[in-house]
Amino acid sequence: MCYPARVSATSPVISPTSRRPRHSAWVRVTHWLTVVAFIALLITGAEIVISHPRFYWGETGNVTMRPLFTIPIPASRDSVPTGYSFQMPDANGWGRYLHFEAAWLLVLTGLVYGVFILASGHLRRNLLPAKGDRNWRAYRDVLMSYVRRTPPDAADASTYNAVQRAAYIAVIFVLFPLVIWTGLALSPAFNSAFPFFVDVLGGRQSARTLHFFVSGFLVLFLVIHVTMIYLAGFRSRMRAMVTGRAAATQERP
Amino acid sequence: MNISRRKLITTGLAATAGVTGLAVAERVARRYGLVPPDNGGIYGIGETMDYATQRLLTRHSLAREFSRGMISKTPFANPVKPPNDLFKQMEPNGFAAWQLTVDGMVAHPGSFSLADLRAMPVHSQITEVVCEEGWSYIAEWIGTPLHEVLKEAGTLPQARYVVYYSTDSDWWESIDMADALHPQTLLTMGMNDGDLPVPFGGPLRLRVPRQLGYKSVKYITRMTVTDSLKSFGKGLGSASPEAGYAWYAGI
Repeated sequence: MCYPARVSATSPVISPTSRRPRHSAWVRVTHWLTVVAFIALLITGAEIVISHPRFYWGETGNVTMRPLFTIPIPASRDSVPTGYSFQMPDANGWGRYLHFEAAWLLVLTGLVYGVFILASGHLRRNLLPAKGDRNWRAYRDVLMSYVRRTPPDAADASTYNAVQRAAYIAVIFVLFPLVIWTGLALSPAFNSAFPFFVDVLGGRQSARTLHFFVSGFLVLFLVIHVTMIYLAGFRSRMRAMVTGRAAATQERP
Repeated sequence: MNISRRKLITTGLAATAGVTGLAVAERVARRYGLVPPDNGGIYGIGETMDYATQRLLTRHSLAREFSRGMISKTPFANPVKPPNDLFKQMEPNGFAAWQLTVDGMVAHPGSFSLADLRAMPVHSQITEVVCEEGWSYIAEWIGTPLHEVLKEAGTLPQARYVVYYSTDSDWWESIDMADALHPQTLLTMGMNDGDLPVPFGGPLRLRVPRQLGYKSVKYITRMTVTDSLKSFGKGLGSASPEAGYAWYAGI
């Protein structure tokens, strides 16, 4: 087995880059902190929803009012008419404590990450569409390679393709800010100081419904993200995000 | 793995700076009343950050008020334990015998009847009740601002919290002075142009519109002004943290 050409000593330009980790320590640490926060928020969020699995639009909503839609599950409170005689266990106490604590972890991690991607050039270099990819064809090509199940080439292990970049940009700059905004709009004290945040969403119950849907889109991203990692090679992708090293071959001298 | 000495030293310095920073932050936070009583345990950090941030940002802000047209046609009252015998005895007489006792760190401890409270400046506000479960409604609330009662009782300068009790002694809450002296914190006796109905907390409910519904305790009979919550119950601030719920419910 021969060594890849780029590790040859006569190639000083490329050689240092092969030592650069696939994912920098900043990306790895903030990624896993976000995972911890998001899982905690998801579990506790679901827990909070079951205490009132009805959603409304506008400022107010309660069991005497017509819901926009209802999730057909038993509730954890007996005051909610669900059609089930079974009542779910109530864990809103610790659920809410953990939800808001995890929200802090998410927001602070997001701030650190935001500063990092701007200051380091990670945003410009790795997340915004690459120069040759600013056209529909680039996206179509990637999607077609997914459909045809073309195995990822070497470049895929060292950079993000056009579709990945678009997905990450949407999650980082649209979904996470929206989920934080709609969540803050549910805080009565925050709303007292910044009423604009809830009013512009159409009211408190609209904010709650939007919070639910934006969370749903984040879960959709999570499912696709994990599926793609599984298809691309779970072990190597995990190793890259945990240790920073892309593949076993690069560990050779 | 290859960890250089420089990396080890910088990491160590950063960690030390972080821990020192946290310790300093904690002392400053305590001094300025930014630490809630339920600051211990694994959720204490999040709870402290919520409360501290809110106190820095929203100390004087006013809860949103709504137009008369926004008042909910069908308000909803969470069912609570049936009131006790004394309560039922007082009900036919319009709760004429109802007494609100105010004690603790006040110059003039004493009691107020509903008529005493009505004789003070009465305010009304159209605000939303927000339940932690997720539902809400808007109503007009009519009553005496708590700060008027505290002024009458003569709150001492070292006062930091007001503890308040329902007819049921297990049902008690507390708020800090920022909420106690807030103009919208109302000892509510009326709702939507009528007397406050019993399911909604009548004859006397403390409305704290900048916090979730569970801080707006129904059937208020007693208030204690204090500088520390340590000696009340388990020292967590109110019955809510003892049941696992956050003491500060403005989130």
